[in-house]
Amino acid sequence: QELTFLSKQEILLAYKRFSELLPKEERENACSARVPKSQILTLPELRANPFQHRICRVFSTLDDGDDSMSFEDFLDMLSAFSDSATSDVKSHYAFRIFDFDDDGTLDRKDLEKLVNCLTGQGEESRLSNAEMEQLIQNILEESDIDKDGTINLSEFQHVVSRSPDFASSFKIVL
Amino acid sequence: RDCLQADIKCFSGWKQWNRTSRKSLKKVLSEVKELSSYLELWRHDIHSIEGKFGTGIQSYFSFLRFLVLLNFIIFILMFSFVTLPTILSNYGIFNSSFAKIPPKNIEPHCTVYEPSGDKGLVYFYTYLKDLLSGTGFLEVTSLFYGYYTIDAASLSILRYNLPLAYLLATFAYLALSLVWIIKRSVEGFKQNLVHAEDQFQSYCNKVFAGWDFCITDPNAARLKHRSLQYELQTDLEEERLKQKIADRTMKEKLRIYSLRIFINIIVFAVLSGCFYSIYKATVFSQENSNNDSNTNFQANLLVQYLPSMVITLANFIAPQIFSFLIRFEDYSPAFEIRLTLMRCVFVRLANIGVLLFSLWSQISYCAVDKCNACGYNYELYPCWESEVGQEMYKLMIFDFIIILAVTLFVDFPRKLLVTHCSCKPVQWCGLREFGISDNVLEIIYGQTICWIGTFFSPLLPAIATIKYFIIFYIKKISLIHTCKPAARPIRASSSNFFFLVVLLIGLLLAFIPLGISIAHIPSSKACGPFRSFNTSWAVVPDTILGFPTGLQQVLYGIASEAFAVPFFMVICLVMFYFIALAGAHKRVVEQLREQLVMESRDKLFLIRKITEAQRH
Repeated sequence: QELTFLSKQEILLAYKRFSELLPKEERENACSARVPKSQILTLPELRANPFQHRICRVFSTLDDGDDSMSFEDFLDMLSAFSDSATSDVKSHYAFRIFDFDDDGTLDRKDLEKLVNCLTGQGEESRLSNAEMEQLIQNILEESDIDKDGTINLSEFQHVVSRSPDFASSFKIVL
Repeated sequence: RDCLQADIKCFSGWKQWNRTSRKSLKKVLSEVKELSSYLELWRHDIHSIEGKFGTGIQSYFSFLRFLVLLNFIIFILMFSFVTLPTILSNYGIFNSSFAKIPPKNIEPHCTVYEPSGDKGLVYFYTYLKDLLSGTGFLEVTSLFYGYYTIDAASLSILRYNLPLAYLLATFAYLALSLVWIIKRSVEGFKQNLVHAEDQFQSYCNKVFAGWDFCITDPNAARLKHRSLQYELQTDLEEERLKQKIADRTMKEKLRIYSLRIFINIIVFAVLSGCFYSIYKATVFSQENSNNDSNTNFQANLLVQYLPSMVITLANFIAPQIFSFLIRFEDYSPAFEIRLTLMRCVFVRLANIGVLLFSLWSQISYCAVDKCNACGYNYELYPCWESEVGQEMYKLMIFDFIIILAVTLFVDFPRKLLVTHCSCKPVQWCGLREFGISDNVLEIIYGQTICWIGTFFSPLLPAIATIKYFIIFYIKKISLIHTCKPAARPIRASSSNFFFLVVLLIGLLLAFIPLGISIAHIPSSKACGPFRSFNTSWAVVPDTILGFPTGLQQVLYGIASEAFAVPFFMVICLVMFYFIALAGAHKRVVEQLREQLVMESRDKLFLIRKITEAQRH
């Protein structure tokens, strides 16, 4: 409990939900089992989220890329998204989630994928190329302080700290 | 996780205890808050509406809930200070009695008032007619001003000054409404200001903090996607439009401004047309309903309701014309919406004003010398406040009937038609969109009528409470079953503030007719608590004269110019100080921002220098 921002009740609830995702045989050693990504994505909290794949990738500690999560990864995720997590922790994780190519900065391609996630998956819900260009230009103007064309972690944290909606929107409650 | 582990090691025992105690306190507070929120009216309904239809529509329903509560409190106020003492003293409960002092120095013909009430056998439909138009048996009940013809009531030992109580209760409910609305709008104003301040970060805010990670329902997710897309597109379009406006040539500017002036003239003409027709309808209705010939029940009712019908028609047609005209004026989309809304607001509220004005012109029209002594047309309107109360009552009932009728006879058949008939024109029409601004203007119009009418009809807030209560359920059912989600989702925080601003405008406009009635028009000598006074306001100077001399001096001093002018100047100075402070803060913010940019440039320069030095 001391390693996360969650309360004891929340951890117990998380354990219950996590073990429900496992098939019956493995429920006994839920603490050490890993749940594959497809099962995680059936959680209602993640089902409707356009960043579901990125969330699984970021919080999964397995390096070979199958994005499965152990119970500790699951707790990590809930802790970062909880109400009591600090703004630093949240912005750190948000940066990693938005960084689609995992290169440590948000460049134009990352921003483009981000905006497409936000507006929806269908063809008619995407912005036109001109609009996308204009939008990315505006975003970089507002947040890129050193004018290198990408947003690094400290610029991102600076921008997010001025944003009034970030703390309330970056939240998942079971 | 590693960061947190490091943190834990740093914390000493005392700090940990502090942290855990703070956490448990927060938990207790949040549990108390949760319990108290169970007592909120309609909490579950509004929550489910928010989940399904978005925060814009939810703000309409919480606004409706606010009005229900406000009307209920106003009703409690008027009832306990005005109606209850009157009823108690009329029926002699608690050893109370009342004193009816006939007014002195008044011509006897002014004081004759015999409401018809219900004498003998009448047809059944007269009850219905009376219920719908406030005449007959309803006129003598405590619903209208004429019932309160008492000059002083003595409940057991206390002497209760009813005229003063009536006037003070009126001022109290107006002040209460003003304070409550301002308190609610201050929260919205602060948010608006923050949003406006952060204009230089609006895109980042929308993109990085735009998605609400709490959404679990796929429908809500679809709605959110659509609203995000719409918001981003509108912002980009506004920016492009601003660029276009800045690039306009002189000739184009001239053309657009002259077009705008021409369209404003048309708008003005439309407004004058509305006002003139309302005036004519009111005059016609007053003249013909006073003939009191029981010829035709329906025709009589129609004549009685003619002003309400004309007003409703004007309120329906004028906004359509305005939204058609504004397309030619070439404004940015946000400004277009606001300007149309402002024009519609003005039409609706001014219509009530014109109705009242035409009523007064009828009431104070004196052709004979005899009526000049009374100050108003005593033959036709022996108790003119009750007449005005009846008009307000009719307006309210008609408004309610229209809302019911539109929902039952337009929305539901439309939905049936669209689901069962698949021909092209019907499908093109489609379901009705839940137009938030139209609905809000409707209820603000109703609330303004209630504010104006409560002085003339003290039980009107109770009717308004019941009306809004029923309207909540009607609108909710209509929304869920017959409406399609709006194509243009509106942000909730700005709408909340906007609704309250328009409500405030309605309240301030309600002050004007009330002020004129109370202070300027002579009160009727035949009925009501203000019989022995020239105007309704005259009871206040009268009471002050009864105070001890010291208190009188103080009150005269406060009301005199010697106090008011310095007070006004001090208020102006304070306001200028705050404006200057705000400007200075803004400048500081800009300077700090520039400093930040400089710092990062320095950092980049130093890093480059270091890498160069390392290479050598």
